[in-house]
Amino acid sequence: MPPSPKKTAPSLPRLRKTPTGITGLDEITGGGLPTGRPSLICGAAGCGKTLLSLEFIVRGATAYDEPGVFVAFEEKAEELALNVASLGFDLLKLQKEKKIRVDYVHIDRSEIEETGEYDLDGLFIRLGYAIDSIGAKRVVLDTIENLFTGLSNQAILRAELRRLFGWLKEKGVTAIITGERGDGSLTRQGLEEYVSDCVILLDNRIANQISTRLLRIVKYRGSLHGTNEYPFLIDAEGISVLPVTSLLLDHDVSTKRISSGVPALDDMLGGKGFYRGSSVLISGTAGTGKTSLAAIFANETCVRGERCIYFAFEESPMQIIRNMKSIGIDMKRHLDSGLLEMHASRPTLFGLEMHLVDIHKKVTRFRPKAVILDPITNLVTVGSVSEVKSMLIRLIDFLQAEGITVLFTALALNTIVSEQTDEGVSSLVDAWLLVRDIESNGERNRGLYIMKSRGMKHSNQVREFVITDEGLDLVDVYLGPDGVLTGSARDAQQISEATGRILRTHALSQKDVEIGRKRKVLESKVASLHAEFESLQDELNRSYIEEDLRKEVMEQNRREQTAGRQHKNTGNGKSKSK
Amino acid sequence: MAKAKASKKEYKWELRLYVAGNTPKSVAALTNLKRYCEEHMKDQYIIEVIDLLVQPQLAEGDQILAVPTLVRKVPVPIRKIIGDLSNEEKVLVGLNIRPVKM
Repeated sequence: MPPSPKKTAPSLPRLRKTPTGITGLDEITGGGLPTGRPSLICGAAGCGKTLLSLEFIVRGATAYDEPGVFVAFEEKAEELALNVASLGFDLLKLQKEKKIRVDYVHIDRSEIEETGEYDLDGLFIRLGYAIDSIGAKRVVLDTIENLFTGLSNQAILRAELRRLFGWLKEKGVTAIITGERGDGSLTRQGLEEYVSDCVILLDNRIANQISTRLLRIVKYRGSLHGTNEYPFLIDAEGISVLPVTSLLLDHDVSTKRISSGVPALDDMLGGKGFYRGSSVLISGTAGTGKTSLAAIFANETCVRGERCIYFAFEESPMQIIRNMKSIGIDMKRHLDSGLLEMHASRPTLFGLEMHLVDIHKKVTRFRPKAVILDPITNLVTVGSVSEVKSMLIRLIDFLQAEGITVLFTALALNTIVSEQTDEGVSSLVDAWLLVRDIESNGERNRGLYIMKSRGMKHSNQVREFVITDEGLDLVDVYLGPDGVLTGSARDAQQISEATGRILRTHALSQKDVEIGRKRKVLESKVASLHAEFESLQDELNRSYIEEDLRKEVMEQNRREQTAGRQHKNTGNGKSKSK
Repeated sequence: MAKAKASKKEYKWELRLYVAGNTPKSVAALTNLKRYCEEHMKDQYIIEVIDLLVQPQLAEGDQILAVPTLVRKVPVPIRKIIGDLSNEEKVLVGLNIRPVKM
């Protein structure tokens, strides 16, 4: 969106603008068309010039209370009224209320002969009369180039056109002139020479058999404006132009977390789930359960009491509801309660930009908290990869600015999981879940892992993704010496592990008994050795005691003998021992 | 400007000249027209002059864009000749009058 001209110094006189009332156009032009000046809308046949200018008149009359004159050079007033009735514009009623005036100017060369000098005062007078009769502020001339087919004197015509635009400016009406696109120039008759204030180019481009309407402001004198090509949509409510390219990455972010609907998946995402307002991509090969994951997320959003829009590009809503019922998810009740909206369309229904506009409109109207696109892969059939990417960038930008969580599913055509997805959006998204087939032992199982998840702790493990009657669940895969095992191989491995465990316990208990026995044997051995040692010690002790005793006794004896000898020697009166 | 001739009589040619004010072109056109009529269809025509500045609402009916415009109402089909009518040949052919001169 272009910066508002209000940012200029307030003291300077600013270009006054007349709001068109056309959704989005006023945003691109920064307020509308230049007031009191003619603007040129050009484009090839069938690109919506008449409709855009007519909507300018009708919105002016209904929304801004500015009466308008529509001068039709191509269609009769009745035809015009009939043509736009499908858009809900009641021209006849507005004409009766004197809010608008449709003036049909018929030019037929076969009826007209030119001789000599003339001027277009007749047209001026008609226009002036029409403007004055209802006090018109807005005028549309559609398509004034028809004058060139009816009148042959180019010199007079060009001079008169210049006078006409000058006269319109004098009248102070905001005018739209439409012009058919010419070769190499904006309009066939070079009207852009005369209308130099604001030129808007409409285009209808066809790529891959799908047409996209585009609008571009070629110039806007005295005003800032968006310079890109903006897609626009003509539907039951008129024209909507979308300035959906946001160049700034300045949207607020939320730190709140929301559940993915699968508790085990939340566990993998740090236990809390995705960030609110983030973008999530689920990619995987066909039949891996991407839609189921998406539907569960939608279901969870509705269970929380929040709104959700589901855009399905592959299946019809009824089909999704039926299929989800088989895994125990009742989406019908959310549809009935109005929390869930499902829109199914084939991607080839219209161009990418149109899808974007369509999503934009529906989101703006329904104000959901979550949006699901399932799958984005199919959009590639409508545009090239880079176009899809740029569309998704804009979509993500828009949704993130609104704080809406968006979940895409994408079909990975190749099985090399490390590759980027085909749409190249994997770098744009905040969280990327990958669901892949794990094929082994004659069966196919689903493995899920998180490729990335910005700003949160997440599991690096591959989980087996099981779809049951009760919903989705994630099971730890068996990471054994033989590699990753899933499905029945995992079951078998688990059983054999359990068996092994029992056997091992058994073996262990036997060993315990054995050890007990050994201990007993050894213990008894220890006891007997102990006893032997004691007896040996006893013996040694006894010999010691005996020795001592003997010594003592001998000492005793010797002393006694000595004592006895002394007695005997008393008669000699003399002792030898002394 | 007023009606040049007015009568209840049926005329072979009913002509209507639209002008915007009294411009030289309008005057020239009316003079030229009167001259041709007197010359080629005397007493068989009626000319009605409408000034769009006075009656702007009449411009829509005959789909007038340019002035001066001469509209041949009768005989049908309606023909329009725009310009100051200076080319006699073209005017006479446009009015479907066989020139008496030839």
